[in-house]
Amino acid sequence: MEPLVVMEDIVKQFPGVLALDRCRFELRRGEVHALVGENGAGKSTMMKILTGVYAKDGGRILYKGSEADIPDTRAAQGLGIGIIHQELHLMPDLTIAQNIFIGREPRRKLPLLLDDRAINAKTEALLRQLNLRLDPEEKVSDLTVAKQQMVEIAKALSFESEVLIMDEPTAALTASEIEELFRVIGELKSRGVGIVYISHRMDELKRITDRITVMRDGCYVNTVPTEGTAVDDIIAMMVGRQLYAESKPKPAARTNQETVLEVRGLNRKGALRDVSFHLNRGEIVGFAGLMGAGRTETARAVFGADPIDSGDILIHGEPARIKGPDDAVRHGIGYLSEDRKQFGLLVEMDVKTNLSIASYDGFRSRLGWMRQTRMEQNARKHVEGLRIKTPSIDQLVKYLSGGNQQKIIIGKWLTRDCDILIIDEPTRGIDVGAKAEIYKLLDELAQQGKTIMMISSELPEILRMSHRVIVMCEGRITGELSGEEATQEGIMKLATMREEAAG
Amino acid sequence: MKLTETATAAKPVMIKPGAMQKVLAFASLILLIVFFTVSSENFFRFDNIIGILLSTAVIGVLALGSTFVIITGGIDLSVGTVMTFASVMTGVVITFWGLPIPFGIVGGILTGALCGFISGWLVAKMNIPPFIATLGMMMVTKGLSLIVSGTKPIYFTDDHAKGFTQVAMAKLLGIPLAVYIFFGLAVIASVILSKTIVGRYNFAIGSNEEATRLSGVNTAYWKIVIYVITGAFAGIAGILMASRLNSAQPALGAGYELEAIAAVVIGGTSLSGGRGSILGTVIGALIMSVLTNGLRILSVPQEWQIVLVGLVVILAVYADILRRRRK
Repeated sequence: MEPLVVMEDIVKQFPGVLALDRCRFELRRGEVHALVGENGAGKSTMMKILTGVYAKDGGRILYKGSEADIPDTRAAQGLGIGIIHQELHLMPDLTIAQNIFIGREPRRKLPLLLDDRAINAKTEALLRQLNLRLDPEEKVSDLTVAKQQMVEIAKALSFESEVLIMDEPTAALTASEIEELFRVIGELKSRGVGIVYISHRMDELKRITDRITVMRDGCYVNTVPTEGTAVDDIIAMMVGRQLYAESKPKPAARTNQETVLEVRGLNRKGALRDVSFHLNRGEIVGFAGLMGAGRTETARAVFGADPIDSGDILIHGEPARIKGPDDAVRHGIGYLSEDRKQFGLLVEMDVKTNLSIASYDGFRSRLGWMRQTRMEQNARKHVEGLRIKTPSIDQLVKYLSGGNQQKIIIGKWLTRDCDILIIDEPTRGIDVGAKAEIYKLLDELAQQGKTIMMISSELPEILRMSHRVIVMCEGRITGELSGEEATQEGIMKLATMREEAAG
Repeated sequence: MKLTETATAAKPVMIKPGAMQKVLAFASLILLIVFFTVSSENFFRFDNIIGILLSTAVIGVLALGSTFVIITGGIDLSVGTVMTFASVMTGVVITFWGLPIPFGIVGGILTGALCGFISGWLVAKMNIPPFIATLGMMMVTKGLSLIVSGTKPIYFTDDHAKGFTQVAMAKLLGIPLAVYIFFGLAVIASVILSKTIVGRYNFAIGSNEEATRLSGVNTAYWKIVIYVITGAFAGIAGILMASRLNSAQPALGAGYELEAIAAVVIGGTSLSGGRGSILGTVIGALIMSVLTNGLRILSVPQEWQIVLVGLVVILAVYADILRRRRK
């Protein structure tokens, strides 16, 4: 049978990176085809090309046997290619029917008047096809996330989509909602719709997909039938052993066992379940896991940025009451967000201000005057100590490179005398040369006795830096590995260990 | 004034969340009227009620127009001075150029629509934040009103302009035309918002502009259309104002935009966009003028009237926040 979609030799170049290097993908009618790979493997880029979000730099797309040009999202919709994004694209203040028919409302005879009865009737028919009991006139903001997703699916179907791409559709769903989604997928499949299913959850892939295509580092690896392929083989293809052989010898676990921070039974509804771990002095502990595994949520909970439902945090053996970031900082915890520009820096202000912003009590006189000289001294000390490359301490932070910005945030917490640093994605958006520099700095800080909780989605980074590795999945800790025993395969296995599979 | 009380009283009744604020505002309006009726025999009299409605008309029409832009999540600070500029242009057409009254009316509305078009274009195409674009437009039109009129009021005293005052003040069943025009425009605005494509995209843009754009809607085009509507309403308000005063007063009008915004907000329209209604705005405008009128009748000094209206605005928005938090 002729495939519905064939993507061949697809090339996509972004400034400085080859995002896709002659990739291929094929989708048949009535097939659920999984697209898997690590974060950054190129899955999303591939699908964005298919849906007209990005223009391809090379290769061709065959749709129902003839070459198709997809310059924009409208063209993709016109061909019958629909996508359900991870973040839903709905208008919460509009009804279900209004959302589904946005941009193509049927009109009455009078030019500007809308025919809401028509869209409500059409929506009802669509929802009935999917066996969904929803009222077309219900406001989207009153629906659960799962129901909103169903609205997106109904919307895609209303375009008479023959290809439906689902990007991590189960990420925000409960077990029973996932069953409902799978039922709808089965329904679509039986009607001949081809479904691209992007997910990290191996058990789901085994259950509902027919074939699996693996991508890695912007390259096509292989396409295999789901039946008869072991999960371990898929993981091996995703990780690709040979690639990381050159990373430097792993750091040995610290013999010194002074516990600095201990977390016991942390719970937060919908995000964290019974999270317990400890961090030792002078140790870098890597937190690995897939997106949405609960690593950032753990960090935010420890730092007091999000409220917790239950659990204890002990610092130097003493129970600490952390109700907000100010309490955490008082206990010597510094948090470096993955989104530096939004949560870490005052980009419109200069280097010396940014270095002292978390410690203003130390830089003001009793009357509230700022002590400029002390601020300058502090700034010079850290610019030198952290090797921050800036023309002067008066330079605006927005003009510095990502690596130097990251160093400034580290310096900010060092100024505050923090001895526990929680670093979320320390090298995201930082180029290769600067990465090595950040790694060296973190090593030095650990040697000086600082404790570092390092969240990273890059496995090589975790393996290279961590004395210990804690792996999370779905808000739980699924395992801990010492620096020596940690491998990509081992971590991936723990990171995809969903509850049922873990039994 | 009794906003919080009514909120708790209405809680057990099942009312759709969107309708809640309207019920709340409406109940507050009734309470105010009851309060003033009991407090003074001079309040609930035909003449006084007509006076209230007449004084609501100009601000009310401005508020109706502002509702559109505010539902997109934007703001139009220029409606007050655009109103003035429109009334000055009406004066220019009728008195300076000596053209018949209908030309003056059309000229005034077009002036407002043109100002709205420019603001909308600056916001939608040049990506200037609405606050800044319309702040600029506010100052530009304020200055232009003074320049065009030669800083003096323009009177409609020529022979062919004698009837101009009738546009707002002619009485039908004892009620001035301006009141009918206000309620008529409210019905039209309500139909536009709830039944037409303009209204649908208005709410969609305010709700999630990016999602609307990604659904293939030309959001820039529709935003301009919405600013034009707001501007046209300001133009109509300008004509009503000029007709009522039988003159175009170039120095009047600044500050009206804030009263219009206050009326919209009291009526439950969210400044962050996506939610709002014309009925709410009408009630909001009535609350403001009933309050001002009632306080005047009770001999509350004018300074204090302003203070109280300010407090009501804050209270109304806070009641809305409380209600949403509970949900």
